[in-house]
Amino acid sequence: MLAGFFLKLKEAKIPVSIKEYLTLMEGLKRGVISASIEDFYYLARMTLVKDEANYDKFDKVFGGFFHGIETLVGVQVDVPLEWLLKQAELTLSPEEKAAIEAMGGWEQLMEMLKKRLEEQKERHQGGNKMIGTAGTSPFGAFGYNAEGVRIGQKKSRNRGGVKVWDQREYRNLDDKIELGTRNLKIALRRLRRFAREGALDELDLDNTIHRTAKNAGYLDIAMRAERRNTIKVLMFLDIGGSMDDHIKLCEELFSASKTEFKHLEYFYFHNCLYDYVWKDNKRRREERTRTWDILHKYAHDYKLIFVGDASMSPYEILEPGGSVEYHNEESGQAWMKRMLDIYPKAVWLNPEPEEVWSYRQSTQILKDVMSNRMFPTTIGGIERAMRALNK
Amino acid sequence: MRFQGSSTYVATDDLMLAVNAAVTLERPLLVKGEPGTGKTKLAEEVAASLGMPLLEWHVKSTTKAQQGLYEYDAVSRLRDSQLGDQRVKDISNYIVKGTLWQAFSSDEPVVLLIDEVDKADIEFPNDLLRELDRMEFFVYETRELIKTKHRPIVFITSNNEKELPDAFLRRCFFHYIRFPDKETMEKIVEVHYPGIKQALLKEALHTFFEIREVPGLKKKPSTSELLDWLKLLLAEDIPPDALRSNDNKKIIPPLHGALLKNEQDVHLFEKLVFMTRQGRN
Repeated sequence: MLAGFFLKLKEAKIPVSIKEYLTLMEGLKRGVISASIEDFYYLARMTLVKDEANYDKFDKVFGGFFHGIETLVGVQVDVPLEWLLKQAELTLSPEEKAAIEAMGGWEQLMEMLKKRLEEQKERHQGGNKMIGTAGTSPFGAFGYNAEGVRIGQKKSRNRGGVKVWDQREYRNLDDKIELGTRNLKIALRRLRRFAREGALDELDLDNTIHRTAKNAGYLDIAMRAERRNTIKVLMFLDIGGSMDDHIKLCEELFSASKTEFKHLEYFYFHNCLYDYVWKDNKRRREERTRTWDILHKYAHDYKLIFVGDASMSPYEILEPGGSVEYHNEESGQAWMKRMLDIYPKAVWLNPEPEEVWSYRQSTQILKDVMSNRMFPTTIGGIERAMRALNK
Repeated sequence: MRFQGSSTYVATDDLMLAVNAAVTLERPLLVKGEPGTGKTKLAEEVAASLGMPLLEWHVKSTTKAQQGLYEYDAVSRLRDSQLGDQRVKDISNYIVKGTLWQAFSSDEPVVLLIDEVDKADIEFPNDLLRELDRMEFFVYETRELIKTKHRPIVFITSNNEKELPDAFLRRCFFHYIRFPDKETMEKIVEVHYPGIKQALLKEALHTFFEIREVPGLKKKPSTSELLDWLKLLLAEDIPPDALRSNDNKKIIPPLHGALLKNEQDVHLFEKLVFMTRQGRN
């Protein structure tokens, strides 16, 4: 029976191994825990799950599999609207609230959310089918809108009837949500590649010993250059217009990249790349850099990172003269292709959630131009992007 | 041999279960959690309550796995050889024992803490697989096999700065220390400042959790910061009602520097306070 549970975990894409399963068996055999299902939950979690980002998935599978072993009281459905509103107000930033207002207001959104919860409950009661939905968040349909709406039980587990795994407290630790600069830096760090170059200014102890030994015991000192990160990055940031919603995220990404890469050059563009880019957004009309100059100045071993939401009219990419800023001689697509020809290592980071990309024609066009190397600006997305750059 | 928490450390049920399972099954316990939730303290407390000596290995970005086993001090041997010292003939004079060696060769069972394993190079955990699994290693210079006499209780802490390799994770138990809820927090404060005035504690905790709820803080205050803050409040003998005063000028909690460690956070907080103050007028 536990083997079935193990397989369900595997299905839910939690990295579990046979060794860990055997450890769990050993734990049960040696009587580490009392015979309560709660203790078993903790033991199973500590042996099988090694990353708190997977706690939520584990809770879902556990809740689904052991449903009925002990009657579980599921997430309460008759959540009062007021309570939801209060919860949402606590967790949303003013910008997010404004965005929701624009979407048709609180009431409507919360009604949708309530409906969602009811559906979820039905699936709960439906029995074993619950597992089939593992991996999709119950509020997935809301995208970034309701992301901040955390549905939790206010009761503590000692008093309430809700089980720990049904509270799903680790939902916000899933690596599919955006986090602060610290984590961004860690994700960007995947791009590091060290090499020794420059002046010989470090004592190479191993070589000194080796050479001294060869030299019949008389000191022969060897020096070497320091290890440095040799990755070079060109970053192009979309600014203004629809990007205003993502300004904070872009700021974070930018400040993280600035400290992570020693050779980082950045430029701004609007919507799509054309003849000109600029370095100072306040003086964008006066001090512009010709894109040709960039192509000539930076060697092809630079890696390219575009940051932008790729939301615009398709004409802005496909047609000459499509730019909203000025009359461009050549289409944005031509410029993108020219860039990609010279810099084969390139990715596009898109702050919009991945689910909505397919609804925007321009996003699809740019994704094709980038030969699918478009990634969301979540920690997981940036990691994938950095891996693509390293290939 | 069971860990039950101690008079100076409040352990939740799940944490106690994790520690006891790791002790019984002799597996290393990997502990993660927000900074200041008592990851390092856990090892100290377990050692104290089980009456075992504690060996600590603090990992830095430059730490190599080999340093935990032993180091061959080539430089002093080189110097001795140039000076014609007789010790130079025996290589074992230049082998310096590391923390793991000390833990393995100890005559009584010990608690071993490998602190902040994620700070080291990405290959660091991989280099310790066999050592943690079999609890033995080979000293190439002297050709001896160091085997453990009593398997130490191993605690490993991580701040999530780097992902740890799967092979390493498979050999460990894993526990994520959640940020304590209000009730646990009261217990923790009681342990550190027994007999603290209930009124002050209530107001302080209220303010503390309120600050934690402020959206957009770069570094949320943690348990250790709360404890520091309380210490200051006690030292300055600040009355409880100063923490929640209706007087507009005193609306920023006293000594908030102990809770907010980041200039931007302090600014943000002051701005928010200013906004609410305007709202009240």
